[in-house]
Amino acid sequence: MFKYIVKRLLLAILILFGVSIILYVLIRCMPSNFLRDQYIQARANYGVDTSSEEAKAQLERELNGILAPYGLADDSFWGIIKGYFMWLGRFLKGDMGISFQHQNAPVQTVIGKYMWLSFGISFVALLLEMAIAIPLGVKCAVNQYGKLDYVATVLCMVGIAFPSFFLGNLFIKWFAVDLGWFETHGLTSGIMGSEFEIFIDKIWHLILPMTVMVLLSIGGLMRYTRTNTLEVLNADYIRTARAKGLSEGKVVYKHVFRNTMIPLVTQLSFTLPTLFGGAMITEQVFDLPGIGNIAYKALLNGDVFLAMGYNMFLAVLTVVGILFADVMYAVVDPRVKLGK
Amino acid sequence: MKKKDTAPLNNGEELTENTVVPENTTVCDSATATESSAAANVVESAVSEGSVKAADQSLTEEEKGDELHGENLNERAKVLSPWMTVLKRFFRSKLSVIGLVTIVVLFLFAFLGPVFSPWAANGGTVTDTDPARIKEIISASPITYYVGDEAFEALAVSIRLPQVVKLGDINAAHWLGTDDMGYDVLTRLMYGGRVSLTIGFVVVIIETIIGVIIGGLAGYFGKWVDNLIMRLVDILSCIPQLPIMLILSVIFTESGLGDSIAKLYYMMMILCLIGWTGTARLVRGQILSLREQEFMLAAKSSGLSTFSKIFKHLLPNVIPQLIVSMTLGLGSIILTEATLGFLNIGAPYGTATWGNLINLASNSTYRQYYPNLWVGAGVCITLAILAFNFVGDGLRDAFDPKMKR
Repeated sequence: MFKYIVKRLLLAILILFGVSIILYVLIRCMPSNFLRDQYIQARANYGVDTSSEEAKAQLERELNGILAPYGLADDSFWGIIKGYFMWLGRFLKGDMGISFQHQNAPVQTVIGKYMWLSFGISFVALLLEMAIAIPLGVKCAVNQYGKLDYVATVLCMVGIAFPSFFLGNLFIKWFAVDLGWFETHGLTSGIMGSEFEIFIDKIWHLILPMTVMVLLSIGGLMRYTRTNTLEVLNADYIRTARAKGLSEGKVVYKHVFRNTMIPLVTQLSFTLPTLFGGAMITEQVFDLPGIGNIAYKALLNGDVFLAMGYNMFLAVLTVVGILFADVMYAVVDPRVKLGK
Repeated sequence: MKKKDTAPLNNGEELTENTVVPENTTVCDSATATESSAAANVVESAVSEGSVKAADQSLTEEEKGDELHGENLNERAKVLSPWMTVLKRFFRSKLSVIGLVTIVVLFLFAFLGPVFSPWAANGGTVTDTDPARIKEIISASPITYYVGDEAFEALAVSIRLPQVVKLGDINAAHWLGTDDMGYDVLTRLMYGGRVSLTIGFVVVIIETIIGVIIGGLAGYFGKWVDNLIMRLVDILSCIPQLPIMLILSVIFTESGLGDSIAKLYYMMMILCLIGWTGTARLVRGQILSLREQEFMLAAKSSGLSTFSKIFKHLLPNVIPQLIVSMTLGLGSIILTEATLGFLNIGAPYGTATWGNLINLASNSTYRQYYPNLWVGAGVCITLAILAFNFVGDGLRDAFDPKMKR
């Protein structure tokens, strides 16, 4: 097992290396670069003449001086490769660079600052999702082709099919504006009051986005649970349990349910990236200052290191999630041997 | 779906009755009347359960014995080809039929709808204006102007641009109103459907071709080829999809492709380049297990070429899974296109696609006061994804030999 994990970790490093090269090259190919755009803007605001050839050359020299320390000056192929290794060297030392958009704060700090809101939303949504989807899935499987099964399956399919931005906008229109129950966007409405009141205000703002996230993700988990439970129900040991004369409740909740949990644990490991990485679209629709929204802006504005940092963060989470899923599989199910 | 459950149960009942019935006949040979009535009962119960099967009929007909003597076996037993069985199973599920009908309706709406729309098409978009009226000449008078000493004769024309109803409400002429540019929303929905559905199909087909070739190579050759390809697949599937689409879209927009339809094709290309990994994994996994089976040993010992081994013997066995994954993939591609459109980074602004239409919802005024602009697109996207998922699920169940009927 130890050997297996070490081998997988080495492989993960290789994968992350490949991912980082592709990401860096693509991000550097983006025409917008926040630092350069800001500098040109600042010069224009200052009234510096940029029309003459000499001024242009001067600007280039200045930009070069500003961008070179970050390895962002040269946009040629070799320049990008050189910049990549500069980035990689710092990354390996634990320095992910600075975010130009956020007053040159280190990328780790920026991600850490905005991540927890996204994590909070996703975590509560995940808990709710599990609390509804898993019992429902088991119930549907036990009463396969029953009325409940039929209705729940169709509703789940509808939930899976709904695009988050469509449902989000519908909810904003209905519940936030037409009925006036919730807030349309943002995290706070800027009220003054005790800390508790502000907290309640924040929660109030988060109800709609959470509802959207839960409604849209419930379907997948419920179907997964249902399929697995059906498989378990057909297994020989369930027949044995029934033959022993166990009550139906005992069969379902002791024998079926616990075996259903095995694939579920692995499935939940895969939610790691969404848990920490934020929901880019939902945050966008509700204008929440979560990590997904911040990363979206960083990508659009060419905040190179923050964009790089966020994407690497997601990639690391994905790799770790997959590894975790495999290891958990062996931990939960003693029949599984991790080998080779 | 209820039928699926009752059918095998029903079958079991009949079988037990069958074992009973011959005993009856041996005990009282003369009681043919009661026997045939029992058989009729079985048939009736089968009919009432709504599942008349060829197999059942042949069973019950056999019981009737001498009446059917002399008839040809072919006339009694129907032999279904595997594909016919799949089709039969597929159409037995209500949900898949609903899905199929929805898809057909959406296609008709998108591809035939504009024919009946009174609003003219203009490069894939539709204006509220009659094209004949666009250049309505109000006055034309000859003028003379000078460049240096040379005189030029010209015709000064003043034309009246037709009044465009912007942000019109729902009315008899515009069933879904008109949008911010004066386009008829319903007609734009139709044209949007053309783009969105076509993208779905093209991307899925290309993705599958790439995935089959690469996955097939990895699965068949194994060893270092497999290792290399699978690491590449790992890398590609670890790249977060939405950020990558964002980056690529910005690159294309800034490099001057932003307002041309070519950007759409580039986006499709990128969707393909990122999306083939799933298919490749699927094909590789299947081929790895199929490779070890006896029929491949037979193929090898009869000296077939590698080409025919892969394409004639291995791939046809993967086709069921491929069809299912393609159908389910269609839904997800339509969703991706819509997401890009919503973030305003998909097809160029002004092109009618479902994604671009729903993008109007991000404007809070339109969201609140003009739901006719974007709800239609949202419903179309949801319906399309739902329908493809229904059909995909139905096909998966139909192809699955483990499913009882």
